[in-house]
Amino acid sequence: MPNLRLIARLDIKGPNLIKGVNLEGVRVVGDPQAHARRYYEEGIDELVYIDAVASLYNRNSLTEIVRYTAENVFVPVTVGGGVRSLDDVEKLLRSGADKVAINTAAIRRPGLVTEVSRRFGSQCMVLSIEAKRVGPGRWEAYTDNGREKTGVDAVEWARRGAGLGAGEILVTSVDQEGTRKGFDVTLVKAITSAIDLPVIASGGMGAPEHLVAVAGDGGADAVAMADVLHYKRLGLGEIRAAARAAGLRVRMP
Amino acid sequence: MSAGRKVVLVDYGVGNLLSVSRALAACGGEVEQTGDPARVAAADRLVLPGVGAFGDCMAELERRGLGEPVRRFAGTGRPMLGICVGMQILFETGEEFGSHAGLGLLPGAVGAIPPVAADGTRRKIPHIGWNALRPAPAGRGWAGSILEDVAPGESVYFVHSFSARPGDDGDRLAEADHDGFAVTAAVGRGNLFGCQFHPEKSGPVGLRILSRFLAC
Repeated sequence: MPNLRLIARLDIKGPNLIKGVNLEGVRVVGDPQAHARRYYEEGIDELVYIDAVASLYNRNSLTEIVRYTAENVFVPVTVGGGVRSLDDVEKLLRSGADKVAINTAAIRRPGLVTEVSRRFGSQCMVLSIEAKRVGPGRWEAYTDNGREKTGVDAVEWARRGAGLGAGEILVTSVDQEGTRKGFDVTLVKAITSAIDLPVIASGGMGAPEHLVAVAGDGGADAVAMADVLHYKRLGLGEIRAAARAAGLRVRMP
Repeated sequence: MSAGRKVVLVDYGVGNLLSVSRALAACGGEVEQTGDPARVAAADRLVLPGVGAFGDCMAELERRGLGEPVRRFAGTGRPMLGICVGMQILFETGEEFGSHAGLGLLPGAVGAIPPVAADGTRRKIPHIGWNALRPAPAGRGWAGSILEDVAPGESVYFVHSFSARPGDDGDRLAEADHDGFAVTAAVGRGNLFGCQFHPEKSGPVGLRILSRFLAC
């Protein structure tokens, strides 16, 4: 089994790295390039860029940022936000992205998942699910960066996405996102139990024990972190050491 | 031994060429990215990338008249490196969406990673993530290969659902464990090398591997 992946998630608005709470109320953190480079040097396993307002304005402004990243960052890069066609995917892959994360466009037209997976391989089709708790053991999928309800059950959607050809699931808990209070372990567990694809847990990382819980009890294959890294609340070295101490296998760069 | 650090990256419309090209450049390589069969034939060293399905990659390579130049290049003794599906198509056959002929430069076939382990548990497919390299039991060792500067246990980045089964176990340089299945991670025979993982996405370890290839 591969190591637990430690992923830096960089939410982008225009040229800036931003961070919000529950995917809202965003603040500018700084230059995405500088942060990406720092994470690479500290041994991050992967980067995820999400264009936070792309769906809203029907655009994708990430190609340039991704292109610069590919110059001096040699780990996998996933890009999401506003990806809605095979052309969008091709453009991003040509700019140096390895995978694309699709949420809104996939909910609107699930066939897109299959098309991307057939044309570029399932390994580059990451289904992004923004899930909001609606009851005990029940979550609804949201689109447009946590703004729009869909009525779709998040776990059911993950199962369906796997059947459509997704190669990975990125699950973001809208409730936990930006709170630093820990991942929604129950949500992640529900999804990892439902499908055999690798699952990236996102939203809520505040302390090493949160990572240990979502990887151990939740069964996550990868953990996306934003706030704790952006604001240097935790160093990657200390996160890795804590994961190791808890018996999790992580890459030692 | 070839002069300088010139390297031709085969552009046949497949694979993340930008990342491979940038990584080779970061290792001091003078990269020429081309789909011209004559330039491919004249290369000092060759990198063959590949992403997607085995059959699609082969069809695209042949359609562009690059199959024969690549085969001939391999016979010259100059160094060649296949990456991901670019490694898989070095073999005779691929069993992805039917059976497809590969370049046939190495004996063996490429088949799906079994989705169920021996103990009945389900294995996650694709095999995605950083996994540790270990020497293959019957391999010829890492000395003199692209893995010369890698220590067993160092991790590299994989993303694939199919794995090569070399006809000659000696061609297997390294493997990686995926829930009890030994994935063929790197192959080598003479001037011919292949890695299933992505060295261009494997951080400093990957760059060491590419640097070693450029020094071959």
